[in-house]
Amino acid sequence: MAEERKIRVLMAKPGLDGHDRGARVLTLGLRDEGMEVIYTGLRQSPEMIVQAAVQEDVDVVGLSCLSGAHKTLFPAVVEQLKAKGAEGVVVIGGGIIPKEDVPFLKDSGINAIFGPGTSVKEIANYIKENVKQN
Amino acid sequence: MELVDKMLAGNEASLARLITLVEREAAEVPQIMSRIYPNLGKAYSVGFTGPPGAGKSSLVDRLTAVMRGKGCTVGIIACDPSSPFSGGAVLGDRIRMQQHYVDKGVFIRSLATRDSRGGLSRAARGAVKLMDASGKDFVLVETVGVGQTELDIVEAADTTVVILVPEAGDAIQTMKAGLLEIADIFVVNKADREGADGLVAELEKMLHQSPKQEWWQVPVLMTQATKDIGVRELYESILKHKEALEQTGKLALHRQRQRRSEFMHTIQQRLVARILKLVEREGSMVTSLERVEKGDIDPYSASMEILNNKNLLRQWLAELEQEN
Repeated sequence: MAEERKIRVLMAKPGLDGHDRGARVLTLGLRDEGMEVIYTGLRQSPEMIVQAAVQEDVDVVGLSCLSGAHKTLFPAVVEQLKAKGAEGVVVIGGGIIPKEDVPFLKDSGINAIFGPGTSVKEIANYIKENVKQN
Repeated sequence: MELVDKMLAGNEASLARLITLVEREAAEVPQIMSRIYPNLGKAYSVGFTGPPGAGKSSLVDRLTAVMRGKGCTVGIIACDPSSPFSGGAVLGDRIRMQQHYVDKGVFIRSLATRDSRGGLSRAARGAVKLMDASGKDFVLVETVGVGQTELDIVEAADTTVVILVPEAGDAIQTMKAGLLEIADIFVVNKADREGADGLVAELEKMLHQSPKQEWWQVPVLMTQATKDIGVRELYESILKHKEALEQTGKLALHRQRQRRSEFMHTIQQRLVARILKLVEREGSMVTSLERVEKGDIDPYSASMEILNNKNLLRQWLAELEQEN
């Protein structure tokens, strides 16, 4: 039978941050790119995000953070994904992330950071190129 | 299959991956299903259906809390629609179930309907089986928000709960066929809203006027999911229905019917896929399709041309012989 390969994305807002416009816009944008996007809602702990990512067997986790806690929360998600054996998941981040924090985040295992002004298309293309077709 | 062994040993990631394979209709699905077959039948599955915004996810969430309180483990399958335009989907049922995210006794999986039109993902039945095999006591299946005819849920669940809200419509709506015929339990959610009593009365009248079932009286319950009102009663109603099904031997009969329909569906699905593959390779499909699109030939005659094509059937037989 023909295997249908849909890209599944988990969109999450870690920590104490109620600004979800960006995450919502991206959720709809990626849907329009043919992806299945699971939106988990606000104020998620890294543990909640990782548990959802494992159960939903996603290819991508998108983290959006505008509260300034990205240096703590993003790496925590990556670590816990690894601990669950889900290191193949592509982790991308967005929100208000100062440029000087990006190298640290990348060293911590976040695959890419997309700041304000990035087009949905650019993010969609990045995902399509980086998700392994396993 | 290592993945199945790991899933049976309680590994969550393996369960998740197996559901993905069922969703993709991967080649190893028959093998997976035959491996888990001896482990099936222990879980009790409950379907939840109703119009969009009726409170299906919220009720499932609260009911899960009640079930966890009784020491039962719960699997949840939540369906949301795929876009017919992009093929993408936004899966947002999980958002109502946050209290269970880190509970090891609850496994939540969102499924997009993809090309299914019956209110459920085609993979839902397979996912129910996998959760059953993984040892969940209850599997709760939530459909997309449905209208009147998306009734696949009956094929996937032991008990079907139809959730309505006071705005659902007048007496005539409730007399129509479809959604209202499949209910083992009716729930009027958001029961604090105006019109709730009226809807309950209408539903009870409708049930009263329908041919009586001796073994089960369909109850009409009132709930307010977000305030946790009526949820315990719903849980008890589900248990009562389960008991009635078991005592009358109807559960076995219902599951027998489900197996039959699944068997037929699987054959149909795989047969169509095989034939289409052959036809596409032959090229005759492309030619026929072009002629149909241009309007040179009607679709019925064109499809008969393909189905009566002896070469195609010969080719198929030859391939089957090679495979065996």
